[in-house]
Amino acid sequence: MPSITLNRKVFEMLVGKKLPDEQLQDRISMLGTDLEEVNENEIIVEIFPNRPDLLSEQGFARAFSSFIGVKPGLRPYPVTKTTDRVIIEPSVTNIRPYTACAVVKNLKFNDENIKEIIQIQEKLHITYGRNRKKCAIGVYPLEKIQFPIRYLAREPDQIKFQPLESDREMTALQILSQHKTGRDYGHLLEGLEKFPIFIDANDQILSLPPIINSHLTGKISEQTKDVFIECSGFDYNVLRKCLNIIVTALADMGGEINSLELHYPRTTCLSPNLEPEEMKISLNYVNKILGLDLDEKQLQKYLEAMGYGYQDKKALVPAYRADVLHPIDLVEDIAIAYGYENFEPEIPSVATIGQEDPFQKFLIKVRNILVGFKLQETKSYHLLSKEELNQKMNLDYPPIPLKNALGDYNHLRNWLIPSGLKVLSENQHHDYPQNIFEIGTVFKKDKETETGVKEYQRVSILLCHEKTDYTEIKQIMDAFFHTLDKEYTIEETEHSSFIPGRVGRISVQDKKLAYIGEISPEVLKNWELTMPVTALEINLTELFEFIK
Amino acid sequence: MELKKLIDMLDPLERKIVPLLQTEKSFPELVKKSNLQEVEVMRALQWLKNKDILEIKTDKKKVITLDQNGQKYLQEGLPEKLILNLVKEQPLTIKQLQEKSKLNPGEFNSILGILRQKVAIEIKDGKINITEQGKKFIEKESLEEKFLKKQFPLDLERLQEEEKFAFEQLKKRKNILKIEDSTERTIELTKLGQQLTQQKISDEEVLNRLTSSMLKTQSWKNKKFRHYDLQADVPQTSFGRKHFVTEAVDYIKKIWLEMGFQEMTGSLVQTAFWDLDSLFVPQDHPAREMQDTFYLQDPAQGSLPKELYPKIKAVHENGGKTGSKGWQYQFSEQESKQLLLRTHTTVLSAQTLSQLKKEDLPAKFFSVAKVFRNETLDWKHLFEFYQVEGIVVDPNANLKHLKGYLKEFYKKMGYTDVRMRPAHFPYTEPSIEVDVFHPVKKEWIELGGAGIFRPEVTQPLLGFECPVLAWGQGMGRIISEYWKIKDIRDLYKNNLKQLREIKTWLK
Repeated sequence: MPSITLNRKVFEMLVGKKLPDEQLQDRISMLGTDLEEVNENEIIVEIFPNRPDLLSEQGFARAFSSFIGVKPGLRPYPVTKTTDRVIIEPSVTNIRPYTACAVVKNLKFNDENIKEIIQIQEKLHITYGRNRKKCAIGVYPLEKIQFPIRYLAREPDQIKFQPLESDREMTALQILSQHKTGRDYGHLLEGLEKFPIFIDANDQILSLPPIINSHLTGKISEQTKDVFIECSGFDYNVLRKCLNIIVTALADMGGEINSLELHYPRTTCLSPNLEPEEMKISLNYVNKILGLDLDEKQLQKYLEAMGYGYQDKKALVPAYRADVLHPIDLVEDIAIAYGYENFEPEIPSVATIGQEDPFQKFLIKVRNILVGFKLQETKSYHLLSKEELNQKMNLDYPPIPLKNALGDYNHLRNWLIPSGLKVLSENQHHDYPQNIFEIGTVFKKDKETETGVKEYQRVSILLCHEKTDYTEIKQIMDAFFHTLDKEYTIEETEHSSFIPGRVGRISVQDKKLAYIGEISPEVLKNWELTMPVTALEINLTELFEFIK
Repeated sequence: MELKKLIDMLDPLERKIVPLLQTEKSFPELVKKSNLQEVEVMRALQWLKNKDILEIKTDKKKVITLDQNGQKYLQEGLPEKLILNLVKEQPLTIKQLQEKSKLNPGEFNSILGILRQKVAIEIKDGKINITEQGKKFIEKESLEEKFLKKQFPLDLERLQEEEKFAFEQLKKRKNILKIEDSTERTIELTKLGQQLTQQKISDEEVLNRLTSSMLKTQSWKNKKFRHYDLQADVPQTSFGRKHFVTEAVDYIKKIWLEMGFQEMTGSLVQTAFWDLDSLFVPQDHPAREMQDTFYLQDPAQGSLPKELYPKIKAVHENGGKTGSKGWQYQFSEQESKQLLLRTHTTVLSAQTLSQLKKEDLPAKFFSVAKVFRNETLDWKHLFEFYQVEGIVVDPNANLKHLKGYLKEFYKKMGYTDVRMRPAHFPYTEPSIEVDVFHPVKKEWIELGGAGIFRPEVTQPLLGFECPVLAWGQGMGRIISEYWKIKDIRDLYKNNLKQLREIKTWLK
């Protein structure tokens, strides 16, 4: 989750009220943000990803001010209409098709709020913009550029300008390979024959979205008063919200929002559009979900505390809110305004019967039986390396690989004994006998299942000490099956992890479901073990079929 | 300890040794006088030492003992005497002498050499005659003979002048003497030991171990059992135990069962469809990225449920029948089919909801099971861990009930109070961060998440509208706290010493 740092003085001025530390802390966390730190000069808060509108000082102060009752209700954001145009050419349609743009005038920039604008942009890029993939934002000093602005795509070698943080002109390809930001975000243009650019009436390139602005036309300074803002991406709705978040923050800094005409190949629209969205809200629904008995007046009050308007049984959702998909989102905000701390706990008298999963219950029984045999339970990870599952076991029995695991834990184990040998090999400095068991899942390919993988619960038992032998492990197996009142048959088999002539396949009612034997010295050597090991592995999923 | 008590505790062997200790301090003497085996004496001394009755001093030194010829000569006399006696009777040729002496040629020759050197014999006319000197030798016991009659072992360092001479002489000859390393044990009584040896120790028979034959023959009757030192340390025993994490898991399961919840289970390998799509997690959500979720390589894709798939797709794209706007993007089937290791047990809740019918309600479910995250192992991260989760499916459920359940659940876990704070999870609305009041630390700690499932989750899965209360948490925190584990990797390190010695879960 992104955290933002607020200048406490600016914040208090925007909120319109000063609160003592303790109250401030409490109110901030009850608004729905994770407070990290409050001190004399700064407030650091973590913003949940559903609320990109809180990622600026202005946005956060706006919400907070409503919440503590200083400025509740829907804020008006007047928009001055202009006929300045941004022309979106068909060449971007298959590249990065949409942009939403606006102009904000009469800003007073200083070091502080230039930093703030950069912070908003950065945080929005990372979160809502999904690292610029979904939405990339550009802010330009209006005095340097001339309308109409065109958004179009050109071949990379036809794009040449001096990017920010560079002292020379570069082609688009040079930017991608040599400029830091180019290298960071170049993958977003990978495989494209043409790259998108903004270009003004004087044919100056403003930027190469989603990578970087031009140094000449895309850098805000303390002289800047008016700015042109564009958001580019693939979903107009997302861009529109993002733009609204920025322009309302700038308006809260004292700017005046101006609209532009966006000329798409087939349609024309005004941008930004800060009209609130209407959403029906039923008092019954709110009361039912929250277990409250609110009246309409209270409903309105709580909606206003969260920055909404309310009229005719409809909530007016501010244009900068990106997270209101369903009336349930309003319900949550009403609950927050009501105060999570004010909900009285209540347990309804609903009778239900507790029930353990029968197989899980069986596994607990197996555990109890094995503990009675003086065996120590171990718990290993489900992931092991192929080497541990195969080579070290002197076996070729390929496990299922993961696509993206780092390190040695990169295959799903297909049997349990390797996990046990790993434990024994890591415990050689401890007392013997080391007699252990583990119950766990193993994975096998199986086309019959929905996932193509079949999971079995198995138990492995490993006995490790100077005198262990087949007799000892068989005693345990006999006792185990006897306790469960199951008969088994055993036949000699071949298994390269075990000593030949000392490994058996176990069946219950003709179902082969276990191996038993003495681990081969070669395998022990592979695990660097110098103590004999006998082992038993039983498929409990299959065994349970005969028990339930 | 009282002396009487001490005496009662003496083993039969000890009872034989203690009276001797009054006068005898050397180990070999004790062996001799007690008529016990060396090991028995040693064992008794060791026990007495453990009781603080004596000290055993050991002294390492070189000692001389008799070798096989030495033993023989001690019994039969030195062969030079034999030879001298033979030639004293009458002069003999070398051949005759050797035959009569029955010595082997090597020994014979070397003895002849010695006698000649001492001028005890002379050769005249091819025959060996005894000299006057030789005759004297017969009469007189030689230094060598004296030496052989000594009490062996002899301390090499403590030989007298004459003994030294004899030793040098004999050492030159084959297999008469041996030099060995020896440990000499002497006993030193402690104060307690001195007091004890003054006591009268009755020679009545005391019984050690009660045996079945004693029981059969009733031979134990009218006899005394030796008293044991009950405080004495005993060797550690090996025993079987459940893994301590299992103990904690069983405990939490019990809480759910007591609260009337049914257990949910399911596969670790899931499709993204079940794990994420069905829970309305947008397909471009950062949690789906490679660095957060484990994906399978082969097989890489699973199949999708025919009936449910279009409903979930619709709810993402436009809200379906839920009245939601949805995420307003194009839903990707490829993304949905991807196989992964489940990232949360909420997938089990989703699968459970998809099986429920209206007439099953109200119903409550729980799971305590493993989930996976693509993390590199370090002291505070694991790539697989237990998650605890419960849902209440009740047409009349509301947020107050959720707080009630949370309070009850955490009370059972030992936390006196519960606080809710706003939070965000993609599949719940309202979403809640659950703080509990820590009874020892006296402060609020963040422990779990909770909420009411979004209609975009419940409507497609259930087929009708119904609030579903949900809450859960990881188990790492409660386990680490209970056992004061700092490095989370210690949970699954399988250090057998730790597993054997860790205290049991007592909650």
